[in-house]
Amino acid sequence: MAADAEKLMPSSEEVLGRAAAWQSSGKDVAIATVVNTWGSSPRPVGSQLAVSGAQEMIGSVSGGCIEGAVVAEAQEVIRSGAPRLLEFGVADADAWAVGLACGGRIEVFVERLD
Amino acid sequence: MDRALIDRLAAARAAHRAVVVATDLGSGKKTWIEDGSAAGSVAVDEAVLVAAAAAQRDDKSQTVETGDGRRLFLHVFNPPLRLMVVGAVHIAQSLAPMATLAGYAVTVIDPRGSFATADRFPGITLTDEWPDEALAASKPDARTAIVTLTHDPKLDDPALHSALRSGCFYIGCLGSRRTHASRVERLKQAGFDDAEIGRIHGPIGLDIGARSPAEIALAIMGEITATLRRPQATTVAA
Repeated sequence: MAADAEKLMPSSEEVLGRAAAWQSSGKDVAIATVVNTWGSSPRPVGSQLAVSGAQEMIGSVSGGCIEGAVVAEAQEVIRSGAPRLLEFGVADADAWAVGLACGGRIEVFVERLD
Repeated sequence: MDRALIDRLAAARAAHRAVVVATDLGSGKKTWIEDGSAAGSVAVDEAVLVAAAAAQRDDKSQTVETGDGRRLFLHVFNPPLRLMVVGAVHIAQSLAPMATLAGYAVTVIDPRGSFATADRFPGITLTDEWPDEALAASKPDARTAIVTLTHDPKLDDPALHSALRSGCFYIGCLGSRRTHASRVERLKQAGFDDAEIGRIHGPIGLDIGARSPAEIALAIMGEITATLRRPQATTVAA
């Protein structure tokens, strides 16, 4: 049971460990971190998502509603090397599309793993 | 983020060291904060160090603004939560899986060979060392809870001596008020003062009328959680 829970919601250590493994195998990697939340939000501050240049991902920064947008931004960050600070609110189409009516707003910092 | 940071974080976690990583949300530069001192490419002042210490204590990462208008993300990397259970008894059989679900790495200690068996504690770390030796070897820290459940002073007392000398955040002892009173007397004779003995939660657990082993385990888990998350609100046993 605990093992299943870990797969669904891996810890920061697991996310960073996988990111390091991707890098070791020659892939480009970006790491996204929830750095601020307002109101209710699905994942707490500090939650992390690692994205590879091959579009693989592990971890989460929301209940699945903004991961798509973050993965796309991550590719830009991988290309440019410049970190980005993203902000998402309930007004985002992506958020409404999956029915996230939690009223929350979150800030996500995306940086390249060098 | 530098790859070396991931390796350093893994090493700190393995060594049960608490770390805060400060990231400048403008530049992405980072500073490593440990034991109240900072090293890295982000300048941090005293106010940031105080905020980092508070974030670490509350186990809550947060973004703060510096006096000169920069925004810093303080990412808390606390060591894993651990629960050391002395006594592989019935209550331990309920407590171990509950604590595992709550995110604790659980070790059950019982030198009486037939108690701490994999049959009775599937998936739990077991040791048949003497409690004081097992506890001393595990180096309990501010993310460790210690519970004694044997009722046997030969096992519980040495464990308590070890626990009281450690920086663990919770110590709980099973036993009635009378049992606890005589335990307190023995600890005083062993040289522990009232403040030290006051760290012990005895009788153990929140007062929820628990009867069965599983209910008592729930009361213990509730008390451990309250002590971890609201340390100032938890009453200390007299």
